[in-house]
Amino acid sequence: MPTSVTHDILIIGGGGAGLRAAIAAAEHSAKLSIGIVSKVYPMRSHTVSAEGGAAGVMRDNDSLDQHAKDTIFGADFLADQDAVEILVNEAPGELIQIEHWGCPWSRDPDGRISVRSFGGMSVDRTVYAADKTGFHMLHTLFQTSLKYESIHRYDECFVTSILADDGKARGVTFINMYSGQVQLITAKAVIICTGGCGRIFPFTTNASIKSGDGMALAYRSGVPLKDMEFVQYHPTGMPGTGILITEASRGEGGWLVNKDGYRYLQDYGLGPPTDTPVHRKMELGPRDILSRCHMQEFQKGRTFEGPYGHYVHLDLRHIGEAVIDSKLPFVRELSRNYLGIDPVYEPIPVRPVVHYMMGGIHTDADGKTPMDGLFAAGETACVSVNGANRLGSNSLTELLVFGARAGRAAAQYAEQEPAGPSQPLDALAGDEQRRLEQQYFRKEGGKVRISEIRDAMQHAMEEGVGVYRNEEDLLKTCQTLRDLRHRFSDIRIEDKTDIFNTERTTVLELDYMLDLAEAIANSALQRKESRGSHTRTDYPDRDDENFLKHTMVLRTPEGPKIEYAPVTITRWQPEERKY
Amino acid sequence: MPEPTITLNVSRYRPPDERVPTSQVYTIPYRPDWVVLDALNYIKDQVDGSLSFRWSCRMGVCGSCGMMINGEAKLTCSVFLRDYHPREILVEPLENFPVIKDLVIDMSDFLDKLKIVKPWIIRETEKPTSEGEYLQTPEEMDAYMGFSACINCLLCYAACPIFGVETDFIGPAALALGYRYNQDSRDEGSNMRWNVINDHHGTWQCTFVGECSVVCPKDVDPAAAIQRLKVDTAKHWIRSVLLPWGKRA
Repeated sequence: MPTSVTHDILIIGGGGAGLRAAIAAAEHSAKLSIGIVSKVYPMRSHTVSAEGGAAGVMRDNDSLDQHAKDTIFGADFLADQDAVEILVNEAPGELIQIEHWGCPWSRDPDGRISVRSFGGMSVDRTVYAADKTGFHMLHTLFQTSLKYESIHRYDECFVTSILADDGKARGVTFINMYSGQVQLITAKAVIICTGGCGRIFPFTTNASIKSGDGMALAYRSGVPLKDMEFVQYHPTGMPGTGILITEASRGEGGWLVNKDGYRYLQDYGLGPPTDTPVHRKMELGPRDILSRCHMQEFQKGRTFEGPYGHYVHLDLRHIGEAVIDSKLPFVRELSRNYLGIDPVYEPIPVRPVVHYMMGGIHTDADGKTPMDGLFAAGETACVSVNGANRLGSNSLTELLVFGARAGRAAAQYAEQEPAGPSQPLDALAGDEQRRLEQQYFRKEGGKVRISEIRDAMQHAMEEGVGVYRNEEDLLKTCQTLRDLRHRFSDIRIEDKTDIFNTERTTVLELDYMLDLAEAIANSALQRKESRGSHTRTDYPDRDDENFLKHTMVLRTPEGPKIEYAPVTITRWQPEERKY
Repeated sequence: MPEPTITLNVSRYRPPDERVPTSQVYTIPYRPDWVVLDALNYIKDQVDGSLSFRWSCRMGVCGSCGMMINGEAKLTCSVFLRDYHPREILVEPLENFPVIKDLVIDMSDFLDKLKIVKPWIIRETEKPTSEGEYLQTPEEMDAYMGFSACINCLLCYAACPIFGVETDFIGPAALALGYRYNQDSRDEGSNMRWNVINDHHGTWQCTFVGECSVVCPKDVDPAAAIQRLKVDTAKHWIRSVLLPWGKRA
């Protein structure tokens, strides 16, 4: 029988959103006991890799309405405008709060927090810590979380299911990596903060841990996933590795040039080119458009060709060594280490790369999902503030604002819930333990390698759900994914030991990713229009009449079932999205 | 021509069945642009799914993948096969830590040490967020910024000869983090960190070998932080003896 502990609030994931939620709940009431269960130590979480910055209105030349408008416009009008207003209203306070906790924001000479330009933003409003913003935010949140005695961590514990009692989320089961044992934590409220699922694709900025565990856990619990077809390609990743070169490199004045040394973005309505960056123009256009421009340059034969496919150049030479060292030191470090290139003297090869999921677990602006007691925040959730295309530097802000809101909402919910579930959850946990043992731990005789299915899934996703999509390719991808799901049952697991068995977690992650891949591909198949990051060559126009609505995908025994929900439009009526 | 290969000699340890570590040799395709971590992943994906190691960002910032490579503490995502080929590469878990399995070390003790240096801003009074940020000039940031770059990869602990024989030593990364907060103009908590930093497991155990700073992949220079903490501690002690009624720095 699984061993069991109890908390008031249980948070899955110890990255930026999870830690912010934990601190918010701890500050709400010292009486609440809070657990964080994470498959990695919190400072390993993928927030650590975010580079460029976090957006918020910090200066008199800016306004909340302008930030909201930029975000909604960038989202191609698929964002819920009431949620966007919450994001921009609460952003400045959150950015100041984390500064008070020690986050080393870059400063102006007078000591004020600096701001920089970012894609799609009409004013300098991106707060940053050089180009290691996510690293500093994550470590600040983690170190700050250590001072709260009410926060208890379960590091390197892999969650396998959410347990429900009477339709309410009341706990989780997890594999303790140190023992291999299946354990149970019961709670009055559960918050999912597990980030995105970029690893479904072959070429991504995402860390190996980004397998969308929380999205899949919610999906399996009957909670809809929203707008999953909207996958953000970041225009500047390193060929081969997919390592991110931050958008801040363009905010600081970097140029994108094709193999002829030509700033090609001027050919796609983003001009005119200027020596110094102009907001929302050229290299400061939004990510979805810049990624499409790259693909069109490739089709015109104007990109470079290398061992890892086509690429263009990101040229920072004219910015100068002093600016690169003070504002983009990580870009220089990464370029030198992984490409053998010094951006002070040479342009950096870059190409579009899967970066971020606009979609995720359907929540309201307090992080509540349709399942009582279950909350979600951060990239794993879809509030929605990012709609069909997220603007760079809104996601770090989102995890602070909505992480804190989910933490507070879960705290209030937990205070009103009765102490224990109506029946012990041990029986359910026992069932889960038996399922894991039968399907994975004691599995004998499978023939298919984990990597074979994973590679096939990633390839199918790139083929069907890449920057450009069409019905024929999407149908093929959906079929391939169904076939892979069947083959998954014949998977081979070589490691039969219990202690720190990473093959088990790898296979469980693949299981999650296969669910999410199907959700993404089927959502994309049904959206017969082009909007934001979702570009259908067979439906090239935005279709507000039929598709100004959120996709809701539900898991059924017959496969993903697609429904739709209205978008909240308040003060900004849809208009043509031109930069 | 046959495909070029490279040989990795990898430390294995699978409790409870194995009581002592063994080693296993894998010969795999050689790719000059692969890092050692890529080779380990090739082994796990194509050769032996039971090999266990930690990794995540593969861009040198999450701090997960530290190991001993030919006896040196390295991030495996940041060292290339071409730097070793055609020689064999010896891959072992980080030194000075208990091993859980294969290349996975037990780092729970470090998490406890991190907490005891109180790595958070301590103030007598908190300014409400509505009153804005604490002003801090770029020069004031310079006092601590370098010490805030630690990714907790633990290479410095693997390289530290003191930690190797005295595991209670708080160690380079945690002491450097304490120093980072002491140096932050927003912080007023250095008095609350003295007793830990000045403890017999604190700075005074360090004999300034300096290996920690040599292996640090982020140029944090924990050795310098520890030496400055010693100076600060001495000053603090002298003041408290000579001026017992005075304000303690």
